[in-house]
This record gives sequence, C-alpha cells and structure tokens, in this order.
Amino acid sequence: MPRERSGADILVQSLQDLGVEVIFGYPGGAVLPIYDALFQQSKIRHILVRHEQAATHAAEGYARSTGKPGVVLVTSGPGATNAVTGITDALMDSIPMVVITGQVPTTLIGTDAFQEADTVGITRHCTKHNYLVKQPERLAATVHEAFHIATSGRPGPVVIDIPKDVQVATAPYVRPGPIQHRTYRPRVKAEQSLVETAVDMLAAAERPILYTGGGIINSGPAASQLLRELARITGAPVTSTLMGLGAFPASDGQFLGMLGMHGTYEANLAMNRADLILCLGARFDDRVTGRLDAFSPKSRKIHVDIDRSSINKNVRVDLPIVGDVGHVLEDMVRIWKARQHGRPELGRWWAEIEQWRARQCLAFPEDGPEIMPQRAIRALHAATHRLNPIITTEVGQHQMWAAQHFGFEAPNKWLTSGGLGTMGYGLPAAIGAQIGNPNALVIDIAGEASIQMNIQELATATQYRLPVKVFILNNEYMGMVRQWQDLTYGGRYAESYSESLPDFVRLAEAYGWTGLRIERPAELEDGIAAMLSAPGPVLVDCRVAKLANCFPMIPSGAAHTDMLLQANEVSGEMDDEAKALV
Amino acid sequence: MRLKEEARERHTLSVTVDNEAGILARIAGLFSARGYNIESLTVADVTADESISRITIVTSGAAHTIEQIIAQLDRLVPVHAVTDLTELGPHVERELALVKVAGTGDHRIEALRLADVYRARVVDATTSSFVFEVTGGSDKIDTFISLMREVGLVEVARTGVVAIARGRDAV
Repeated sequence: MPRERSGADILVQSLQDLGVEVIFGYPGGAVLPIYDALFQQSKIRHILVRHEQAATHAAEGYARSTGKPGVVLVTSGPGATNAVTGITDALMDSIPMVVITGQVPTTLIGTDAFQEADTVGITRHCTKHNYLVKQPERLAATVHEAFHIATSGRPGPVVIDIPKDVQVATAPYVRPGPIQHRTYRPRVKAEQSLVETAVDMLAAAERPILYTGGGIINSGPAASQLLRELARITGAPVTSTLMGLGAFPASDGQFLGMLGMHGTYEANLAMNRADLILCLGARFDDRVTGRLDAFSPKSRKIHVDIDRSSINKNVRVDLPIVGDVGHVLEDMVRIWKARQHGRPELGRWWAEIEQWRARQCLAFPEDGPEIMPQRAIRALHAATHRLNPIITTEVGQHQMWAAQHFGFEAPNKWLTSGGLGTMGYGLPAAIGAQIGNPNALVIDIAGEASIQMNIQELATATQYRLPVKVFILNNEYMGMVRQWQDLTYGGRYAESYSESLPDFVRLAEAYGWTGLRIERPAELEDGIAAMLSAPGPVLVDCRVAKLANCFPMIPSGAAHTDMLLQANEVSGEMDDEAKALV
Repeated sequence: MRLKEEARERHTLSVTVDNEAGILARIAGLFSARGYNIESLTVADVTADESISRITIVTSGAAHTIEQIIAQLDRLVPVHAVTDLTELGPHVERELALVKVAGTGDHRIEALRLADVYRARVVDATTSSFVFEVTGGSDKIDTFISLMREVGLVEVARTGVVAIARGRDAV
C-alpha cells in the first residue's frame, strides 16, 4: 500500500507525472494547500499573473505556441469567475487547457459561503468537460483524465474544481495507466473509402480550392507539412481562416490569403466560383461564409473535421469526413500518389484567380502626413520576419490588419482570439508564449483600447524579465466599433472614442518597461529598430491615422461577391436586417 | 423587421449516459444554450449496477437542427450513445399520468366511466375525489386530461415520454 498523501500533493504529483512545466495562476484562500505543495517542489514553475483572466490567456498563448496544454490555477469564487472569459475563449478556438479551481470545503458547498461560486455550473457550457472532485482518492484519475480530454480529439478547456477539504484530506497516490475512457473515444483515423472519394473528387475538379483552418495547427506541425505537400501535388489554390494562418506559407504563390469578412478579394471570389471546396479543419463560421444562401453556390464540398458536430452545422456538405486532419492529409497524399494522379491542368482557373489578384485588394491610400496602420504592420513584418517572431493580437481593426499584412510562414506563430474575439487577449498571450519560447521574439500587436483590458499584466512581464514587445496601433478609437458605426449607423460614434487615454510611454516606464513613441511615417523604421534593440520588455505607442478603416470587407449578411474594397464604397446607413446581424 | 421561423418535426431521442452528478444539467443546459426545444425529458438509471442512465428526450426542430442536436449530445463526454428512435423506425412511446378529479354526483360517475374507457386505474379515492393512473401515448393522455377538465379536474402529474424500439435488438 503506497503511503497516503494530501490531495494537494496528489494534484501536484499528477501534474508532474503529466509533464507539466509551468502553471499560470493567482493564489487565494481556497487554493492555499495547493500553493503550499507547489512551494515545496521545484519541477513545476508558477507564473503569477495580475488577474485570473490573464492566467487563462497566458495559458492559451503557451498552448498555441508550444502545442502543449496550458495549465491554470485559481481560487474559488471570483478567481473562477474571472477565468471564465479565457476558458470560453479556449473552447471557441479549440485550445488545450486545464484549469484547476479551488472550491469551498465540501461541507460548505451550497451555503453561499465566502468566495463560493458554482464553478462547475458556471463553466459547464464553456468547457469541453468539467469535474467537481469530492474524494481525494478520485483526484489522480480525474487529473489524468482531464489532460487526456483537453488534449485529444478537438482540444479544449477542462475545469477541475477541488474543494479545500479534499486538498487537505489524504489518500494513496497511484499513478494511473494509459486512459481508456468508457465513452470518450474521438475518431482520429477517417474512413478510408471516404478519403478515396475525396481524392477522386479533387483530381476531377476544374476549380478546386483548399479552405484550411485552425484544425491543421492543432493537429501538429506534421499536418502543415502535409498540407504543403497536398497543395504542391494538386496545384490547387489555398486559403485560410484567421485561425489557420501560418499552416501554409503566406509567401507561397498558391496562397490566396485569408478568406471571409476581412479576407482578400481573390480568396473570397475563388470560394464563390469554385467547383470543389476541400475544407480542412475549419468550421464554416459566419465570419467566413457571409450570407449562407449565397455561399459558394456552385461547389461540391468536402469537410474534414475531428468534431462531427462541426459538419453540416452551418453549411451542408457533400462529403463529410470525421477524423484528425493530419491523418486525413497523410492518407490523401498517399492515395493521390498511389493512384498516380498527375498535377491537374488548372491553367484557366489560375488565370481567373490572377485577374482577381490584380485588383490588389490590400492596397491602401497613403497620401496624408499620418502613419497608415497597414504601413506600420508591413514595416513591423519587414523588420522582424527573418527572426520568425510569434505574433499575438488583441481584437479589432489592428487584429485584422495584422492578419492581412503580416505574412505568416509557419504554424504556432500567430496567436489571436478568433472565435470569441476577446479584447485583452494579446498581452497575456504574449507572456504565455514567451514563457514557452524563451528565446523567441514575441510581439503583441495591439490597439489602444484593447491593451487597457489587461494592462496590469505589464507587471507580470517585468517580474519574470520577459522581453515581450507590445506594439500599439493607437488611433484613439475602438476602431472596429467605429468602422461599423461608419458603415451601419450613419457615422454616429456612440462611445467608440478612446477618451482619457494614459500616456502609454510613461505608463510603460512606471511598470519598468521601455516606452517608445512613433508619430510620423519617417520615424517608423527607426522606432521599430529601437524596439528590437532595447533589452527587456518594450511598449511602443505608434500613432496612426485615426479614421482609417479595414478593407476589404464583406458587410455582415452580405455575399462574398458583395465585397467593399475601399472606403468610398461605404454607405452610411443599413436596414434593420443588417443591423440585427453581428 | 420580423423574425423568421422554420418548419419543425418531432423526434424522440434515447440517450444513454454515465449516471453521474450534474449529467442532467449538462444535457438540459445544452438544449437551452443552443436554443433547442425540449418537449419532454425523462431520466432513470437502467443498469443493475446503477452506472448508466437512460434519458428519453422528445424534441422538435428543423431536420438539420435535429441532426445537430444528436451530434452535440454525442460530443458530451459522459454520453455513451444517442439514438433517434423516430428515425430508426417503429418504436413504442409511453407516458404515465396521475390525474386528480374532485366532485360529487354525476361528475363523479362520469369521471369513473371515462376512466374505464381509457383504462385508467383508480389509485386513490375519497368521497369527493379520485386519483387516476393512466398510461399510454401522449395523445391518449392529452385527450383523457381534456375530458377530465369537464368533470372536475384538479391537478395533473405526468412523467414525460419513455420510449423503446420494437424488435429484439437493444439501441
């Protein structure tokens, strides 16, 4: 019989056995036993954030950039509720994460005790799965199972709620063996006959397009290589969702750029005119499809997804394939070669695509004295792309400009809140990415409004001497809100002006960062160089054109063919149908 | 602007799940979170060791919504299997209701007579009331209750639908 250990010890031992290297957390009354157990060991590093939401985003940044699950530790009540936004973010973007929350002792559950919240109730629908552990004997098995669920199949967040008395009570620790779950068995390998059909459809298509998403990143680096191989042997154009950027090199001639609401003209038109869409690890999100009844009307559609519920959710497809996209890509490449399909003749299709490309939809006017935000992103890319930087973003115009103008060449380098669209994501995510990649250049491309949502994390970077860079495109507006007000509400800027902004340079300095300001186009290159050469964390307040809007844009509820390419196409007011759409 | 509605069909689903704390909240919450309808939901453990519960859900929605409901249920970690009995073919659906009727004289006699026609059993009687137990498909129960309204209906308790496929095979 192994010796008995406290629940807190069992938890920490389980985390060690699972290979956890770092926990992002914040202590509190209901997790003190766990913090004490962490204090007395040295294998797991704890990163103290300044707000629990930031712990979850840091864990996401760590997970997205390393492929390993992110681990969070927070206390009961407000600790848990503050973590909910990041947990939901991880669910929407399929990020593997395990969140350990303290809970009041089992004897006090349900009594409205101090710092009690119904954490499993609150997080039931924003987790892949969650647990309330009431016996220390169940703890080890639960923790191991939680990691299995968070990291396998379609990844996602798992919450383990542990009452304080369970952390103190003792039980023997037995390291669980490999997990064979009774009910949870995600399908990894796809049915071969379906993959064969997909290959035949792809070989016969005259206007094919590969529509790729975050599933390829989640599947691992091999999937990105296989995607490149499939693109090479089929000659088909490739487009990507926001989440999938980097899976296919932006500099490759077959890459059409991002698709969807702020996607390129050529990507959206190619989707619209295609005769075959091969969807690989993407989910036909409303930001991608635009108006559903006008979405790619003439194409047959193949959807590869590890989550069966993503298939036929928004768009009916002709060939559903449930499986891990990496395995399916491997099978497709193998079958394609075995059947000795040559590279199909797609000359006419490419000729059409080149005409759309010639519109140069990402071009932007540059005649004023101000820095155009697109120019700032391009300058940042030019100065850093050889260093293979990891880029995080907040949410809004700057995020879309970064997606459009910063070319990503490799997976796990682009960390952005896609599904939930969480402002305040970028800085903590950059911190998590820097922890997971100590030698990488990590830059948070931010807006002046978003950055303030988790600005307190400047202190976390200072504490752990993390050389993260924050590059604020400061236009003094919640730019995307203002853009929609331009488009839909006759330019009535209700509450979208960033009033009473702090002096970001002095704020950075107060936190022990280097603060820099860039105000004129001529200062851009030198300013970025100064940011890169300064040791430690640097915040750049880059003043950009205040009223620039992000184009191309498919207005909400419009078809891919109804794209706005330039500001002068913007109408002032939209009808109620359009106003009701998000 | 007016909101649109889609044509709906009614489906009976059988869901087997691990019999664990919170599972009902997980299932019911999935329906409310994604805007699906629940017409009725019943649950009880059905294995000798009480480890597995069977949930019968009657839901309605457009065909693609029903397909989504099944896929979403199937995705929950503690769910073993989801069977669409309506899609599967012939199956038996039953519901039990306890119906309390109060009154005297002719109403009382009429209530007993109707109960006999509907094969409802008297499970409690006082000089001024009956409690009937009636079993059958939902339509039969609905009709019985509406008849009882005319003869002194006081209160109704219904179990919701339980269902099982015909033939020898398990779902």
